[in-house]
Amino acid sequence: MLNYVLSRLLTFVPTFIGVTLISFMFIRLLPGDPIIVMAGERGVSPERYAELSAQFGYDRPVYVQFFEYLGGVLQGDLGTSFVTKRPVWDEFFTLFPATLELSICAMIFAVALGLPAGVIAAVNRGKFFDRALMSTALVGYSMPIFWWALLLIIVFSGNLQWTPVSGRIDLLYYFPDPTGFMLIDSIASGQKGAFLSAVRHLVLPTIVLGTIPLAVIARQTRSAMLEVLGEDYIRTARSKGLSPARINGIHALRNALIPVITVIGLSVGTLLAGAILTETIFSWPGIGKWMVDSIFRRDYPVVQGGLLLIAVMVMIVNLTVDMLYGVINPKIRKR
Amino acid sequence: MTDTTSNEGQGAPVDGPERPGQLREFWFYFRENRGAVIGLWIFAVFAFLALFGPWIAPHDPTAQARDFTLLPPAWQEGGSWTYVLGTDPLGRDMLSRLIVGARYSFFVGVVVVTVAASGGIIIGLLTGFAPKWVDSIIMRVMDIILAFPSLLLALVLVAILGPSLTNAMIAIAIVLQPHYVRLTRASVMSELQKDYVTSARVAGAGLGRLMFVTVLPNCLAPIIVQAALSFSTAILDAAALGFLGMGAQPPTPEWGTMLAEAREFILRAWWVVTFPGLAILVTVLAINLMGDGLRDALDPKLKRS
Repeated sequence: MLNYVLSRLLTFVPTFIGVTLISFMFIRLLPGDPIIVMAGERGVSPERYAELSAQFGYDRPVYVQFFEYLGGVLQGDLGTSFVTKRPVWDEFFTLFPATLELSICAMIFAVALGLPAGVIAAVNRGKFFDRALMSTALVGYSMPIFWWALLLIIVFSGNLQWTPVSGRIDLLYYFPDPTGFMLIDSIASGQKGAFLSAVRHLVLPTIVLGTIPLAVIARQTRSAMLEVLGEDYIRTARSKGLSPARINGIHALRNALIPVITVIGLSVGTLLAGAILTETIFSWPGIGKWMVDSIFRRDYPVVQGGLLLIAVMVMIVNLTVDMLYGVINPKIRKR
Repeated sequence: MTDTTSNEGQGAPVDGPERPGQLREFWFYFRENRGAVIGLWIFAVFAFLALFGPWIAPHDPTAQARDFTLLPPAWQEGGSWTYVLGTDPLGRDMLSRLIVGARYSFFVGVVVVTVAASGGIIIGLLTGFAPKWVDSIIMRVMDIILAFPSLLLALVLVAILGPSLTNAMIAIAIVLQPHYVRLTRASVMSELQKDYVTSARVAGAGLGRLMFVTVLPNCLAPIIVQAALSFSTAILDAAALGFLGMGAQPPTPEWGTMLAEAREFILRAWWVVTFPGLAILVTVLAINLMGDGLRDALDPKLKRS
């Protein structure tokens, strides 16, 4: 087991260096000189240009720049944003809770609906419920979520006026945010109606971001359940006279959960890609919107640092899922 | 009596009535899945519109009828049968734009799948046959690409290359390619264990023949399924890039770009938002239905689950 963990960790190192290299290279390839961009409309004198370029290290060979960047990254220094002049690291972790809160809610939404839907479909295989649920799941899986978001806005914000269109909370409320999670902070603030406002802001983005994971989880749960339901021990449980609820809910679902958990873990990347669109549409102040804005503003250090942090996060989650899977299923370790 | 049967058994060609041709067998299983057949029909319509769109569209997709901006669809009050699905904020006919827009999505799907699949298959074959260290290097590179969320990577790539439909296609092809590499490599590895490969090698087949003639055809089933699935992913991602302003540029009637242009009118004119998205959804859904059917027909092992 230890060998397995160590070998998995070892593959992490070259991938990490590669990811750093790619996010570093991207910025060097982007059109436009970063210093000219920084100087803005006023332009920059040749002396000042040389000074700035020495300050940021752009006058040294690229490989030296890379190793300096890598050294900085390992010490948590990702550079400073051109626009806000704040360290990229600080900006990321100020905005990250917003994305995390949204992603967690989306995942809860997806699991809470997807698991039962998959189980119900599997138990009623081939019948009406199965077909209806799986057709719905396929529609959800094929959904262009940016359009889905606009439709929900038309219906719930436009026609019914139930939910706000953008942001995390009404401007009426202002309180300190020690955790960065609006749901928790709004309760902690003790202001009347703040929590409700936070929830109302969260509903539509959650549905939009959770739709594709929901469809994937429902489909995966169904096929995992079908596989397990064909096993001998289920037949034994049936012949023992256990109630269908007990067989399906406890004996079958438990074993069907293994592949489903893997799918949930591996959908973190999908979730982050979805967050880019969802946050842009709902003006949700998280890292997805931050990345898109920075790309448009040509804020190179932010794009570079954000890309790296997001990739490393996806890698860590995938690695954890991989290892957990190895713990749950010893057969994997042999490979 | 026994003689005749045994004679017949010996004399019958392999693809006699007992064992129908591969294509017929495939069609037999594909047809069993009703959703897949519906998907195929919708896809056929989509392909037809993509090929002949400009000749079918009732109006010029970029012509602006300034007197008829934001006209609702014909069945709504104030609508006109000249513009069946209404007009957009610039007075362009929605139906014509949707019909002509089909070709962009179709084009994206075809180009992205061709580039990603051919590149991925060749790299995958190489890793399967190459020495271990080459294999490790290539797979690490693929891991690196897969570590970035696909849309984010495509977005940054387009920012580097400059926003256009062509660059969006290149970016999406690069992002989708690792999936083909992994898939091809995995099936090549399992095929290489089999006896027929060893016998081909013993018979003196060269490396190129082994790769492309002996092994590759036996690895194609999962790749074809993946191709169908990434066709739809490509359409979705290209539309998403268009929506973010990083794909096809206005006035191109690409569906994602149309949505981006219509965004500010969502609360005033539902039709400018609803129809382009619906077109994307229906197309992607049809392709995914087909993909499920393909999987059932090509890979009977997966069918039971």
